[in-house]
Amino acid sequence: MRALPKLVAVETKLFLRDSATVAFGVLFPSGLLLGLGAIPTLREASPENGGLRSIDIWAPTALVFGMVMIAVQHVPSVIATYRERGILRRLSTTPVPPRSVLLAQMIVAFASVVVSAALTIVIAWAVLDIAPPERPLEFLVAFVVGYAALLGIGLVAAAVVRTSSAANQTGTLLFVALMFLGGAFLPRVVMPDVLREVGEFVPPGLQALTAAWSVEAGEITATAGGQPFWLQIAIMAALAVITSAVAAKVYRWE
Amino acid sequence: MTALEVRNLHKRYGQHVAVDDVSFTVDEGEIFGIIGPNGAGKTTTVESIAGLRRPDSGSISVLGLDPVKDRAEVRERLGVQLQESSFPDAIKVAEALELYSSFYRDPADWRELMELLDLTQKRSTQYKALSGGQKQRLSIALALVGNPRIAILDELTTGLDPQARRDTWSLIERIRDRGVTILLVTHFMDEAERLSDRIAVIDGGRVAAVDTPAGLIARSSALQQVRFRVRQPLDESVLTDLPDVTGVEIRDGRWLVTGTGELLSSVAGALARAEVVAEDLRVDQRNLDDAFMTFTGRAPQAPASFQREVG
Repeated sequence: MRALPKLVAVETKLFLRDSATVAFGVLFPSGLLLGLGAIPTLREASPENGGLRSIDIWAPTALVFGMVMIAVQHVPSVIATYRERGILRRLSTTPVPPRSVLLAQMIVAFASVVVSAALTIVIAWAVLDIAPPERPLEFLVAFVVGYAALLGIGLVAAAVVRTSSAANQTGTLLFVALMFLGGAFLPRVVMPDVLREVGEFVPPGLQALTAAWSVEAGEITATAGGQPFWLQIAIMAALAVITSAVAAKVYRWE
Repeated sequence: MTALEVRNLHKRYGQHVAVDDVSFTVDEGEIFGIIGPNGAGKTTTVESIAGLRRPDSGSISVLGLDPVKDRAEVRERLGVQLQESSFPDAIKVAEALELYSSFYRDPADWRELMELLDLTQKRSTQYKALSGGQKQRLSIALALVGNPRIAILDELTTGLDPQARRDTWSLIERIRDRGVTILLVTHFMDEAERLSDRIAVIDGGRVAAVDTPAGLIARSSALQQVRFRVRQPLDESVLTDLPDVTGVEIRDGRWLVTGTGELLSSVAGALARAEVVAEDLRVDQRNLDDAFMTFTGRAPQAPASFQREVG
């Protein structure tokens, strides 16, 4: 199959030409982390944080910005546009099935999230002296499974909206809701317990990401009634499977 | 050799019958036009041929293949330029052509197509920055990039200015000369008449007539009119006795003869036999619009407003 590599190459170019998405989805998380890292009080170790700096605890949240942005705003908007403008319909008259372009789209979106995260981790380490994830394997699993759950939600949105403008509005609402409930707008430590507990079930699973990045930070942000790490991962995985199945079920090609 | 055969095609959407009973065959190397009023079932017929819709009954054969059962093979051999389909805004002309050529087993040389469709200058231009005519040419190029034996072109000059339409027409003729069979769906009568070897008139989900453009026009019930002046005296009966003539009128010294069939040659022959020289001879030609009226009972749709081509 020669078409898929070509589709991925073309979708990559299209992604890079979409400067707003590159700026907000890929570059913004690092920029935000740098911006917050420039505030002196956030760089001071505090006893109530067990000797950690606020920026140490907050760093994983920067990742979540990029993940949510790509999964629930960028992907549904592209899919809705491709459907609305007859791009998928046009493809279905060629030997290549239109799902190939959606697959290529997923690959590019995932790659962009990986780049965004790698950039954030490297900048956090190099500039702000935040150590890279302590438990790399768990971190990788939490990242992939959490992103899959987010993408599942994005795909359900893409499947049910009729127009690209509806996709944009839905994406923005989802972005705000997921960021708030996931505990990414406010530092998790200052949020009420209820929201923090809910946050463990909200993709991409900020608590799991935090705990895998830094065990100490994870202990501080965890709630008393918090779920164990692997249970949080299992919940994200289940969400990913359910949302993808729903999206596949309700998806309309035209 | 038959390139395409549609037999007793029937397709309904719920209660609404889109195509009632459509049959026609298209020979290889032919430009076959499909005309008909809006909602006549043209698009559903074409979509069924392209395998985008599954017929409720009837059969379709594309080069001996079934568009639903032999989906993959039909897509290799059939190029489609669809109404209301488009490409991503930011894709460049050369990228789109190269990408689509990678979809096919035995693609055409996309660089040559880009040249043929006069798009080489625009190879690095993004789709959104192309003019209407350029977008249309890219769409045609992409329909041909798989080296198809048959190309379906649906409403291909809608939205183009008159010059761009004429350019597109000569392009279609060049493509046919390369051996591609063309199925042309249009609501422009001049386009169908100029390009098609044969035309199917579809009305109310049925084929009202299939013939050459000249054949359809000849079968139209509209009356022809021949006008002329004579210097010598002429007896009216010389003309009224002709079987093709239905009426003769003399107004201000100008003769107006109306009738059917081969009216002009009948009148010319009669005048010659009477040794009368006709001057200032004019014929009101019937055209495909008249034929359309005859077979559908309606006037053809007014052409969609032209967009001025930019750039």
